[in-house]
Amino acid sequence: MNEAAIYHYLLRLADTSLTQSQRLAEWCGHGPFLEEDIALTNVALDLLGHAKMLYEQAAEISEQQLSADDLAFLRDVSEFKNPLLTELPRGNFAFTILKQYFVDQFHVLLYSALRHSMYAPLAHIAEKALKEVNYHLERSHGWCLRLSLSTEQAKMKIQEALDDLYFYTPELFESDAYLDDLQAQQIIPDLTQLQADWQQSVDVLLAECQLNVPKKGWLATGGLRGEHSEHLGYMLAEMQFLQRAYPGCQW
Amino acid sequence: MKLYEVFIRAKSGLNHRHVGSLHAADSHMALQNARDVYTRREEGVSIWVVEASAISASNPEQAESWFDPAIDKVYRHPTFYPLDKEVDNM
Repeated sequence: MNEAAIYHYLLRLADTSLTQSQRLAEWCGHGPFLEEDIALTNVALDLLGHAKMLYEQAAEISEQQLSADDLAFLRDVSEFKNPLLTELPRGNFAFTILKQYFVDQFHVLLYSALRHSMYAPLAHIAEKALKEVNYHLERSHGWCLRLSLSTEQAKMKIQEALDDLYFYTPELFESDAYLDDLQAQQIIPDLTQLQADWQQSVDVLLAECQLNVPKKGWLATGGLRGEHSEHLGYMLAEMQFLQRAYPGCQW
Repeated sequence: MKLYEVFIRAKSGLNHRHVGSLHAADSHMALQNARDVYTRREEGVSIWVVEASAISASNPEQAESWFDPAIDKVYRHPTFYPLDKEVDNM
């Protein structure tokens, strides 16, 4: 098996979950109401757990002596492989929820497929993560409907979020030479098919929400190559501060 | 949002027990919030939520006339019967 490709892909998934988790964690103490505050950070912790499993596996097959913490806290912007979607600032609640729905729908389809990966450690991680992302999807899916079909203001906010986010989503399914190789070896699912399945589910929900799907916009790209927006730098500066200031610090 | 009372079954075979309350827009959201607020540390395997307004409660001011009469009726407890050894925890 192509270990360099697997390492690259493990980081792609781990970085996606970690950045998504970090943005959700920013809601801690700022949620719209107490129960939702706890629920959001609960999802953040689940995603952090997935990132941890993925980083640990990546660390295990890395050629250098690395730990999961090294990978999460000591790499810089250009080494992160998450799509630009997950590094966007958290925005308002509608923005957070719609972004979460896009990621949840992606995770559910992805992990369902990865359970059958030819690379056993990845199949094992997918099996564990799938239970949690199924619940995440139930929540974000429900919130999208609630916001879209409630007051004019809520509908306006989620429509604005859709306009801003929609063209960031295709990047979730972007491939490169490494990922092409993994798809050919059935270590990861066919990303074109995954995107088609994702689009179908998303189209159904957006129609149910009676939202207008934007026609044109800037197509985000670059995360897989380490080319990020300015937002990621600020996020890492905060997230990695402790390990940078106190190297090797442990709880 | 409405107030809901939350009941959790800790493990199968046990009763649902009242654990607290929370806010939600409807019963589905109340169940989800209960899952996130009250079962994050393996506290439960089943959840009931009930709208607080749907609960009828006894009046604390009537507690004397309602509950005090039971205090001196010791003969109502089934403690005067010899039990078979097999029945340990009656």
